Amino acid sequence: MIFLSFSVLTGILLAGLAPLLHRRFATRSAALALFPLAIFAQLCLAIPEVAAGKAWQVALPWVPSLGLSLSLRLDGLGLVMALLISGIGALVIIYGGAYLHGHPFLGRFYSLVILFMTAMLGVVLSDNALLLFVFWELTSISSFFLIGFEHHKANARAAAWQALLVTGSGGLAMLAGFSLLAKITASFEISHWIGHSADILAHPLAPAAFLLILAGAATKSAQFPFHFWLPNAMEAPTPVSAYLHSATMVKAGIYLLARLFPVFSGLALWPMVITSMGLITLVGGALLALAQTDLKRLLAYTTVSALGSMVFFLGLGTTLAVKTALVVLIAHALYKGALFLVAGCVDHGTGTRDITILGGAGRAMPFTATAAGLAGLSMAGIAPLLGFIAKELMYEATLEATLPALLTGLLLVANVGMVAVAGWVSFKPFWGKPGQEHLHPHEGPAALWFPPLLLAALSLLLGAFPQLIGKWLVAPAAQALWQAPLSVKLSLWHGLTPMLGLSALTLLLGIGISAAGPRLQPGITRFWHALAKFGPAAFYPRSLHAVLSFAAWQTTVLQSGYLRLYVGSIVLFTVILAALTLALRPSQFSVPTILPPRFYDVVLIGIILTATFLVTRARSRLATIALLGSIGFSIAILFLLYSAPDLAMVQFAIETLTVILFVLVLYRLPKFKQLSSRATKTADMLLALMGGVLMTALMLIVSAHNSDSHLTRYFAESSLPLANGRNIVNVILVDFRGFDTLGEITVLAIAALGVFSLVRLAKKGGQKRQAPPTGGKQ
Amino acid sequence: MQRSILLSAAAHYLMPLMLVFSIFLLIRGHNEVGGGFAGGLVAASGLMLYGIAISPAALRKLLPIQPHLIVGIGLLSALLSGAIPMLMGKPFLTGQWLKTPLPVIGKVGTPLLFDTGVYLVVIGVVVWILLTLAEE
Repeated sequence: MIFLSFSVLTGILLAGLAPLLHRRFATRSAALALFPLAIFAQLCLAIPEVAAGKAWQVALPWVPSLGLSLSLRLDGLGLVMALLISGIGALVIIYGGAYLHGHPFLGRFYSLVILFMTAMLGVVLSDNALLLFVFWELTSISSFFLIGFEHHKANARAAAWQALLVTGSGGLAMLAGFSLLAKITASFEISHWIGHSADILAHPLAPAAFLLILAGAATKSAQFPFHFWLPNAMEAPTPVSAYLHSATMVKAGIYLLARLFPVFSGLALWPMVITSMGLITLVGGALLALAQTDLKRLLAYTTVSALGSMVFFLGLGTTLAVKTALVVLIAHALYKGALFLVAGCVDHGTGTRDITILGGAGRAMPFTATAAGLAGLSMAGIAPLLGFIAKELMYEATLEATLPALLTGLLLVANVGMVAVAGWVSFKPFWGKPGQEHLHPHEGPAALWFPPLLLAALSLLLGAFPQLIGKWLVAPAAQALWQAPLSVKLSLWHGLTPMLGLSALTLLLGIGISAAGPRLQPGITRFWHALAKFGPAAFYPRSLHAVLSFAAWQTTVLQSGYLRLYVGSIVLFTVILAALTLALRPSQFSVPTILPPRFYDVVLIGIILTATFLVTRARSRLATIALLGSIGFSIAILFLLYSAPDLAMVQFAIETLTVILFVLVLYRLPKFKQLSSRATKTADMLLALMGGVLMTALMLIVSAHNSDSHLTRYFAESSLPLANGRNIVNVILVDFRGFDTLGEITVLAIAALGVFSLVRLAKKGGQKRQAPPTGGKQ
Repeated sequence: MQRSILLSAAAHYLMPLMLVFSIFLLIRGHNEVGGGFAGGLVAASGLMLYGIAISPAALRKLLPIQPHLIVGIGLLSALLSGAIPMLMGKPFLTGQWLKTPLPVIGKVGTPLLFDTGVYLVVIGVVVWILLTLAEE
């Protein structure tokens, strides 16, 4: 386990180094695949222990005050996912090196894929929900960059944004759900939640937490009504689609539902919401797929459908359904990963992915065709491949559920669609009649055909010997869901069962549709086009537009660009809010004992008052600056007289600097004028008066409480022993309240940056814009 | 703007004096009147006087590094003073002190580094704004 926790850290490091390594070693950089391979090997060694019911665990405190700890846990469920992530990850790195050979961004590709893989491993290994969230968002972000990999294409950028916004907003909802669970159980540890599921279910907030977390899972796993981002994500390079958008990342939502299955499956909402969502996605995805002609989009929609089926079976929640979901997960990752990689090979070898053009490439691309054939058979659910076992299990699970006729019927529809698409994707391009154009197909290098062939061969191997995964992977994973040992017996032949009959029917209908494809498609496409404007995909741009126009509206309202309005509204709101608090919580006013005024007090206050009055009547800018300066200096002297030399010193310096800065801009300002009307002036005066009255009231309240305040005493007493300093003011600034000061100097730096950029911008746009609207007394 | 000979002659002598004084304020700030803010403002006033009395270009030539870098270095030293105690397993910004005081400076600890950060940020910000406005 130590190895695994290190591998997460190493992965992040390696992701940073990958572009450099690539630049240094160029052609040999596919050796980066050794990293996931090592993880894969280590995970394989862990299989016997995990299958025996042990879970590897490691926990390091990270931010204990937030409940965030680096706790990783490897159990059956995590192991299945981690094996898929590292195994397919290694193949994708090898494949990607050949697929993107000579691409200027290949180094970046390696970096992002390794980053993604590390994050994804983190997701499935985290036992802390906050940690899981961090990794979860990291997968969304790496997905964003990978979808937008060809960032010069507007489509790729738009699709990247869409995926990020959809999965990101779901992720935030999920975080809220996690926080609710943490509120209920006082812990962010997932194993703690599982142990306390009874408490959680009894809590009134449990349904809210469930729905929020479901939003995260549904957006990530492209469930209806959030499915639309996944087909658009096909803008990504094909190895990325194979890895993120079919084999691993989109299964993060499934993983999360499976992980929280022991927590939430007792909830009445669970079967209702999840099965219906899964069912709509399952059937909808398959039917939408029938309208596609692009290889990758065909595969994307069937991925949506397969994800829907996994969600659906998790929702059914019987022991058989849980096992089915897990077998489908493994089978789908293998055949769909292979088919995506095949689609990349076809694109590479013929230059197109359009199935209406493709055909007859099988002779020229024998290895790819073999891989495609095997994976396609698995996808169609034909014995002896793993997909067949998965499909038999699906039918068996729906037949024993409530409403068997309806559920089995809908499942049949979806599976028929799958068979049809499998035919189009894995048969037509290789053995079908080619279209008008001459394609000159050719086989790519071994790095291109070997990974899909290996995945497809695995589908065959595991189909032939299903107990390999049944005993070692599915059973331990199902145990993680069921929280009790489950026996899993997978086999190819069950005898003449209703499931076999359904399988045969599916195949027959599917092959029929597949063959009739070209004639059927236009009709299906027209149907979906007519429906599209009611779909969630149409809602997305509308809501995006609404958010943006709201942002534009409130910016125009709040950001007038006039300094005087900003100052005015700040004072106004301070007065309103503070006055409201004062009115709601009556405070004690007290008039402090007034010392007999000394001569210089009277003089200074006289100067301040006179200058303040004159400043409002001044007719030249220089006079205004001088008057404001005299107010400042008088206040500084007051500080000095009332024994605050630090404040006085700073005030003197600030006043001096302000005057000098004023002088610098003086020449640039427009002619000094009195522009405000009488009404504005009266309003300004009222506002100023209110501000003054409020400050006076606050001062009086503070002095009423001063007698029992121990702050002054505390700082005076502890400044030397605790902070090694005798100057209380400075000790407070740099030590007791050091964090505040850090914030203040940061603000100061940002203000300077603001001045710098404003002046530079004004200079650049000098022809179009007049001097900035700082001048003129209003 | 005509240059005043008196002012520019005075600035040549005043500026170094004010810088020295500002460092004095910075170092003694923990125990006596002074500190990074006050010190930074005094130093900035001195530099500003130089920049206005002689020329902004002369001020820029005088500075060893660009003003925005001074700001950055200041922020980084403040952050560093917060990070040092974290290396010792203490919370961010806990004051750490050397056991033996250094000659002239006195006791040395992370708060002094923090105050130096404040000092540099203040100088950098003022000079940066001044040069931006004056050189436009």
